[in-house]
Amino acid sequence: MDDLLRFITCGSVDDGKSTLIGRLLYESKLLYEDHLAALAVDSKRVGTRGEELDFALLVDGLAAEREQGITIDVAYRFFATEERRFIAADTPGHEQYTRNMVTGASTADAAVILLDARKGVLGQTRRHAHLASMLGIRHVALAVNKLDLVGYSRGVFDSISAEFAAFATELDFDGVTCVPMSATDGANVVAPSALTPWYDGKTLLGWLESVEVGAAAADEPARFLVQWVNRPDADFRGFSGRVLRGTLRGGDRVRVLPGDRLSTVDRIVTMGGDLTEAPTGSSVTVVLADDVDVSRGDVLATAEDPPDAADAFQAHLVWLDEADLLPGRRYLAKIGARTTGFTADPPKYRVEIDSRRRAPAKVLRCNEIGVANVHFDEVVPYEGYRVNKDLGSFVVIDRLTNATVGAGMIDFALHRSANVRRQRLTVDKRARAERNGHRPCVVWFTGLSGAGKSTIADLVEQTLHADGKNTFLLDGDNVRHGLNRDLGFTDADRVENIRRIAEVAALMVDAGLIVLVSFISPFRTERALARDLVAEGEFCEVFVDVPLAVAERRDPKGLYAKARRGELANFTGIDSPYEPPEDPDIRVDTTALTPEESARAVVAGLRGLGLC
Amino acid sequence: MTLDHLSRLEADSIDIFREAVAESERPVLLYSIGKDSSVLLHLARKAFHPSPPPFPLLHVDTTWKFREMIAFRDETVARLGLELIVHRNPECVALGVNPFDHGSALHTDLWKTQGLRQALDEHRFDLAFGGARRDEEASRAKERVFSFRTAQHRWDPRNQRPELWRLYNARVAPGEGIRVFPLSNWTELDVWRYVDRERIPVVPLYFAARRPVVERDGTLIMVDDGRMPLRDGEEPTWELVRFRTLGCYPLTGAVRSTAASVPEVIEEMRTATTSERQGRVIDHDRGGSMERKKQEGYF
Repeated sequence: MDDLLRFITCGSVDDGKSTLIGRLLYESKLLYEDHLAALAVDSKRVGTRGEELDFALLVDGLAAEREQGITIDVAYRFFATEERRFIAADTPGHEQYTRNMVTGASTADAAVILLDARKGVLGQTRRHAHLASMLGIRHVALAVNKLDLVGYSRGVFDSISAEFAAFATELDFDGVTCVPMSATDGANVVAPSALTPWYDGKTLLGWLESVEVGAAAADEPARFLVQWVNRPDADFRGFSGRVLRGTLRGGDRVRVLPGDRLSTVDRIVTMGGDLTEAPTGSSVTVVLADDVDVSRGDVLATAEDPPDAADAFQAHLVWLDEADLLPGRRYLAKIGARTTGFTADPPKYRVEIDSRRRAPAKVLRCNEIGVANVHFDEVVPYEGYRVNKDLGSFVVIDRLTNATVGAGMIDFALHRSANVRRQRLTVDKRARAERNGHRPCVVWFTGLSGAGKSTIADLVEQTLHADGKNTFLLDGDNVRHGLNRDLGFTDADRVENIRRIAEVAALMVDAGLIVLVSFISPFRTERALARDLVAEGEFCEVFVDVPLAVAERRDPKGLYAKARRGELANFTGIDSPYEPPEDPDIRVDTTALTPEESARAVVAGLRGLGLC
Repeated sequence: MTLDHLSRLEADSIDIFREAVAESERPVLLYSIGKDSSVLLHLARKAFHPSPPPFPLLHVDTTWKFREMIAFRDETVARLGLELIVHRNPECVALGVNPFDHGSALHTDLWKTQGLRQALDEHRFDLAFGGARRDEEASRAKERVFSFRTAQHRWDPRNQRPELWRLYNARVAPGEGIRVFPLSNWTELDVWRYVDRERIPVVPLYFAARRPVVERDGTLIMVDDGRMPLRDGEEPTWELVRFRTLGCYPLTGAVRSTAASVPEVIEEMRTATTSERQGRVIDHDRGGSMERKKQEGYF
């Protein structure tokens, strides 16, 4: 029982969440007789279960909530089994949902998402999963609850599980466990249920007891956050704080951030005596060997692998206050143990939490999530939220009310490249071109979906490859599975999508390759950007031209049909614009030419331009 | 090497102490002498070692505490060389407020709720550490670690700051305050296991001994001094009892027990069938009563 799991339960009031938590408390024998006696009285008085115990009443603590029949805030529940000790954050499922769930999820290692088997995967289920993923929770159980109300149907459970699993592949989960359950009956909550003989997986408690939330790798670089300078007298000067990552050891060379100060860990002091090492999570006091200047908010880090420090970031922002986030307004932000001035630029976009779609936004309202560039008044040590929650998270504080009005997660620093000096290299593009026996270039295929870009590009590559050229084909769909899988199809994302591809193509040109790029790339500005990233004469724009009506008739992937039905948003040609090239280097008309003929025309065109 | 769960709780609590001290002007530790206060004080000492805790202790006295509690308090403060402020509501002293004549609700409100407010105002404390735990009572399950109080010391459950990650916000305007609960995520069992592990001294009343008690309204009340008026037919009997929680002796129920040491107390807890607050007379005044007391400023 020395292990602690913090998890969050997500679901609406109707999904039986309070009942589930009450049931877990009840079954883990954590309810005392006086609690149970009070519960029995309350169940009769205000319960919804007739003469039976209404476990939800155990959890709906505040008097105001009982009257309304809903819970209004994050509540923390404690229980323990022989295997583990648990802290459950219980969050309500109505309008303040985002704020409450983000709060509960920020300290959770795992999430239990509840849904009502009669209703299946709803928008709110996707919202819960999306928020959990965004907050960095990797371990998720889907509790398919109220299965008693669908006759413990295996079919219902299987189809819900499959639908959720398919959706969850888009999220950053290490795995999803689906449990067929009835919290009111107690089926598969603690003990396997005879009512689901077809299910041989874990019960919900079994999952909670066994899920591995991943102890951090022991060889991670150390990060120690200084909270308080400890100076009892002139002879002692220590830094009290917490090991956020890695293990801090006596004798470690450390760098003090921000800045470039170096020292060595002389002592790790605790009231129980000095330690030789302090593992992740320890609260200790560090004495350094040198008299370096260290203050609250500084980070001591493994000297050879320190975090960066910066003052401007792209961040995910969750707005928590009734007053909107106003770009340009001066706020305070607390990051690590440092509070500093803060402003946000206009949001790049707002994330529609249910659909994960990106929408334009000028401000962020309460319970909205958006992405924006943000600016701190001071340079702060940081790590991306995905790497280190402690150094990648911040809260935004109103200067007048002192209220906590927003929460942020750092994606990346904006000016990091300013600190990275470009390396001059001896083996350059020219040297590689000589070795390869041909010039490198980008052949950029643009056109509507279904125009035939990828087919033609593939045929062109075959021809060039057979001719001894070093080639590489960057295909839109393939790249979206990897490098750009975080991007959607809004205008902003399309811009970023092409920006990345253009950068990759330019690197490959440096590597000496003929890079064939097959992307819809609807906007002229971005195609111009791609051209600008390589040298004059190294870029060839191929317009694969087809009228929309023809492309739609072909519809090889059935996408136009979906878009017309409204199932695909932002589809080029339907509800998202395509700007055809005004002066392409090569144009092929695929209504007149077969793919093979088109490919031959492209190769001929490239030869004419001296590119192959 | 990873931290076991008691060590993780300890590290979290120390983290909270340091953040609170770094972000406040005049912190104070509300010391109520019970086991939670003993653990709280131990953690405060750990958080700032080798410095002493950079704040005084405040005991809001009611004059109705068990005599052993006061002796333990004074011994602890002397042994550790700490600064202790004892506040007794002067109006209560003048009126002789007691639970018998004034009832438990008024007694508690005047001595403790009003007394605490007086002491915080008098010393202009802007941050007060308390030993409350979320597992104690339903309304506390939603309590923040850093709990904001208005200039009138009121707790508004609808107007609490969202608390994300470990980023605590202790900023207040003049007159406003923050209550900080470093033991928020501890359970009663954690507290006892930690008392055991760290060999933390606690008031002997937690351990079974023969004590003079009367059974009144279903609760075993210890007759701690001659001020307790006995009802007709009540005759104190010496019974083997202990206390799971400590407060004013006339308002604190004893339990029959043979657990005379920390390991025995832990073993008893594992098989206990009632919660620790069950012995608290004030909690049962009315449904939602703790929530109401908190709104009014009771700790």
